[in-house]
Amino acid sequence: MLLIRCPYCEEERPELEFRNAGEAHIARSANISGESDDDFEKFFFIRSNPKGIIYERWRHMHGCARFFNAVRDTVTDKFIMTYKAGEPKPSKLPGVAK
Amino acid sequence: MKKYSVFAIAREAMRGHKGWEEQWSSPEPKKEYDVIIVGAGGHGLATAYYLATVHGITNVAVLEKGWLGGGNTGRNTTIIRSNYLYDESAGIYDHALKLWDGLSQELNYNVMYSARGVMMLAHNVHDIQVLKRHVHANRLNGIDNEWLTPEQAKEFCPPLNISKDARYPVVGAALQRRGGTARHDAVAWGYARGASARGVHIIQNCEVTGVKRAANGAVMGVDTTRGFIGAKKVGVVAAGHSSVIMNMAGVRMPLESYPLQALVSEPVKPVVPCVVMSNTVHAYISQSDKGELVIGAGTDQYVSYSQTGGLHILQHTLDAICEMFPIFTRMKMLRSWGGIVDVTPDRSPILAKTPVPGLYVNCGWGTGGFKATPGSGHVFAHTIAKDDPHPINAPFTIERFRTGRLIDEAAAAAVAH
Repeated sequence: MLLIRCPYCEEERPELEFRNAGEAHIARSANISGESDDDFEKFFFIRSNPKGIIYERWRHMHGCARFFNAVRDTVTDKFIMTYKAGEPKPSKLPGVAK
Repeated sequence: MKKYSVFAIAREAMRGHKGWEEQWSSPEPKKEYDVIIVGAGGHGLATAYYLATVHGITNVAVLEKGWLGGGNTGRNTTIIRSNYLYDESAGIYDHALKLWDGLSQELNYNVMYSARGVMMLAHNVHDIQVLKRHVHANRLNGIDNEWLTPEQAKEFCPPLNISKDARYPVVGAALQRRGGTARHDAVAWGYARGASARGVHIIQNCEVTGVKRAANGAVMGVDTTRGFIGAKKVGVVAAGHSSVIMNMAGVRMPLESYPLQALVSEPVKPVVPCVVMSNTVHAYISQSDKGELVIGAGTDQYVSYSQTGGLHILQHTLDAICEMFPIFTRMKMLRSWGGIVDVTPDRSPILAKTPVPGLYVNCGWGTGGFKATPGSGHVFAHTIAKDDPHPINAPFTIERFRTGRLIDEAAAAAVAH
């Protein structure tokens, strides 16, 4: 089971308190009905599914119930950092080369 | 290839078993092949086998980064069934089921297909409605499926708890008698032996690190840890790593990869005569011929390539197993493991041509690809050989996520996700 740090509660809590909410930083169009089929497919279905660093959303379901973002390595399942929803995608990751 | 038979066993017994040959050869890779298959699991090896036997294409290499059948082929719970709701799914899964029947004879290799019946339990009114809908839909598609009362379910599977006091009482079940199990390793080995005997090169410990494309966009071959290997046709059958390989060719996929776990108990005398599945309490169980109870758990909730998974997922499944089968509460579990499954948004596979000329993909089988192995390989070989899908896999395109023609088994599937 993963230990996940909620950036709002500022605590590391067991995974059971959280729900994964998929890839982060996928912006929903303000004019969704005006999207082309290609763009809607990219928004709705296509995922980066990386082997390595993933940016993903979590929700502290049985805690503060708020959504936040996390950076995790999908090979080791190790969390690199978590940050609040709405904050920009971090350009530098602590402890990661490149 | 020397044929296996009772006479071969007698002959080898007489001479100290010195005459058994290797089941498949391990040649050095050539510079160029007609077709490269990425991934030597069941689906990839079946594809190579049918390319050779049905289409006469034998200048084929199957590249495998690890060892043959070491991915999900050797990690699944070996369940075979075809009771899917939609016509497209019924078409492809029942195509496979028909090939399972007779596969041991065709391959001259005992894959131990055992049509012992797959029983799916209903625990509430919604389950009854969904499963009965499946029964009717399956019958319209010529697939056997029948409704059982709780008493009939218990008669078919005696250890089942049908007490009305159960937390999730059994209120009925759907039974596909042609469903069952097969030996997963033997499927990979049998296809590998058959393909190798016809000239297919199976190259293990050879990881694909890049997909080379010509100026016009078409595939030229693949970079590997053993150098560049050329081919005008490349079929990607890489299960959990399919999107990684497809990214190398510049194609982004509607896939996410999750760990899926299974576990086996200590071996005991025959007690579970069939496969029992329950969507609602989320567990499925069968018994291997060695006597181990084979139990399938669910996926973790997050994308991962770790080939492991959370312990609470297993615990959740064992809670359900003990609920359905109170006699197993004292059983000891011997080992558990995880595999990485690639899941599409509509929970149906993708077997198709891709936007890249010469590149084909067979992926997205999610949590239930083993059962489809022969059918998947058969129609995927057709797709590669003819550069055109077989009518059975024609609906399973990548483009369906743009056009909206989904095969939406996700919500109403007969399968536990």
